[in-house]
Amino acid sequence: MTTMTTMPEMSATDLLATDFERLNGVARASLTTLRRAAFDRFGQLGYPTTRHEQWKYTSVKPIAEAALRLADAPLTPPHQRELAEYVFSDDEHRLVFVNGRFDPALSAGAAPLPLPRGVHLDSLANAPPGNAATIQSHLARHAGYDDAAFVALNTAFLHDGAFIRIERGVVVEKPIHLLFITRPGHAPGVVHPRVLIIVEDNASATVIETYAGPDGSKYFTNAVTEVVVGEKSSIDHYRIGREGDGAFHISRLNLHQSRSSNVTSHFATLGGAMVRNEINAVIDAEGCNCDLYGVYAASGTQHVDNHLRVDHLKPHCNSRELFKGILDRHATGVFRGRIFVAPGAQKTDAKQTSRSLLLSDTARARSAPQLEIFADDVKCTHGATIGQLDEDAMFYMQARGISQGDARNMLIFAFANEALAEVRHQPIRTKLEALLWQRLPHGSLDRGPG
Amino acid sequence: MAPLLQITNLHAEIDGVEILRGINLTVNPGEVHSIMGPNGSGKSTLARVLAGQKCYQVTQGSILYNGRDLLEMEPDERAGEGVFLAFQYPLEIPGVSTKYFIKAALNAIRKRRGLDELDAFEFLTFIKERAKLVDLDLALLDRNVNEGFSGGEKKRAEIFQMAVLEPRLAILDETDSGLDIDALKTVAEGVNKLRGPERATLIVTHYQRLLNYIVPDFVHVLMGGRIVKSGGKELALTLEEKGYAWVENKADATVNA
Repeated sequence: MTTMTTMPEMSATDLLATDFERLNGVARASLTTLRRAAFDRFGQLGYPTTRHEQWKYTSVKPIAEAALRLADAPLTPPHQRELAEYVFSDDEHRLVFVNGRFDPALSAGAAPLPLPRGVHLDSLANAPPGNAATIQSHLARHAGYDDAAFVALNTAFLHDGAFIRIERGVVVEKPIHLLFITRPGHAPGVVHPRVLIIVEDNASATVIETYAGPDGSKYFTNAVTEVVVGEKSSIDHYRIGREGDGAFHISRLNLHQSRSSNVTSHFATLGGAMVRNEINAVIDAEGCNCDLYGVYAASGTQHVDNHLRVDHLKPHCNSRELFKGILDRHATGVFRGRIFVAPGAQKTDAKQTSRSLLLSDTARARSAPQLEIFADDVKCTHGATIGQLDEDAMFYMQARGISQGDARNMLIFAFANEALAEVRHQPIRTKLEALLWQRLPHGSLDRGPG
Repeated sequence: MAPLLQITNLHAEIDGVEILRGINLTVNPGEVHSIMGPNGSGKSTLARVLAGQKCYQVTQGSILYNGRDLLEMEPDERAGEGVFLAFQYPLEIPGVSTKYFIKAALNAIRKRRGLDELDAFEFLTFIKERAKLVDLDLALLDRNVNEGFSGGEKKRAEIFQMAVLEPRLAILDETDSGLDIDALKTVAEGVNKLRGPERATLIVTHYQRLLNYIVPDFVHVLMGGRIVKSGGKELALTLEEKGYAWVENKADATVNA
């Protein structure tokens, strides 16, 4: 039954409704009320336009007009050996999703690592009944969709995704890798990946989300991840964007921190035609630390928008944001960072830095910090720079025999490395360095420093 | 013997202001030349033009290096052919370790010379040996290029790079500035150890003191963008004693005669 062709007489809204109804038999019945409410909310909100303050610099018109259908099965399913391109090491726990659906065979792989006790790693659709209450109390509780059209859309189409729960006191040594792969189907497709990560008290884990797809194909990934971090717990989180050059990618990460918890999240955006990453961190207890890093490299007509919001609701917490963008040709980069310090959130230490490196006269970068501080004993700083390669440094390197292209790459790499150097997990850092190096357009060096 | 460097009637300007106004200079292999002159005379400009810095425009004249037109070559090609400039103000390059930087430079130059890249072990052994030559703190190799180095460390690091890259024509631009007397001696010893019948050195300096330790074969006085006087090593001593005004007066006298 592969006769699902686009029907020109149907409006985009009708198509959406058709796809929504189609899921009713697929998604868990317990989700129906939530899905329906979110779908209705999306109907009211509609796609945001550049008249919305939060979307001033990023137009989603191409998504609204693309007549995308909920992705069906891929024409050619990915083979196990193709995963090698995306994995960081064999020493990782892995869940693989293809076109939004959990793929048990690919996830198991050749030799799946046994899960340590107290670690729950499952697809949201298959999560055993024992976790139903946990899911119920967290899913869609952190990523609110009232004023967020794409979160509403994701929630409306919630039927599968990843569920991670680290029980109290458990330290997971090996990284958990969630790999979301999109493959062309019968029509340009949309996937709504959903991730729920719960790290209970005194626990810690490393979680990587990778989003990847092929070049030369139009598709849309609309991802939402909710992360709940318990008391004295920590998560080392990575989000690797390796979408194809025709892809739209919109994502939301909601972080909710409890007392004395530590969050580090790295966003690496290395693909996609139009990318918008939203990070909302809610620091709702004392003694927390939240470090958000980002590296993005864009060329051609790529558009990359990183949209951060950190809410300091309680005293004695630190947050740090460091985002570095490399923009070539006609690429555009947007960084918006809002730091909110609630009344009484004294001794907040929040630091925000955004740096962009323009490699061409036609590349554009925009940086908009926003501080809203309602406490008086705090330290909040923000800094934004937009610059070009240092010609004197280029000359210095060339005068040592290094070719112009290599000198350029070394400087670009050095620029990005300020953020990459903060990647704690060695295999991830090595791989990210290599991926970034591959994307640098000049020179003959085949690898970065290391 | 063919000259290593032959500069003929070199004129160069920056932002439309002429700095070099007809330089003539011939340097043969094995020779050490010193270019001396007061501030603003064009000494550093000459050094940078030789290394190929783009902001200077050569409007007249020629530079032959080893029989080839140097002005036709990109800065990295010049380095590959053996031209080395020890910078007056070495650049800091955040995010690039000295070790990685020097390895990239050495391998690029070896490639041009048709030599294989050194493997990691050979490279480390070699740079450690070279670091010893100028008494460079090995810990600096793991730091980013010149970042947070003291003035003296930067100058040592330049001569260390020179020792690693083994140039045929070394140009030292005010290498003595910022060095105390002990550091000056060490750096000079390093330079002397690298001297050889195939190599030449051009020392650009304001003061004579470095020339006590690196004894030049020829001394040239640069003023107003021209070489106004040339002589042996004793000229440097005379300059130290009498000051640049002495040459200036003599030059005026020559012009007025």
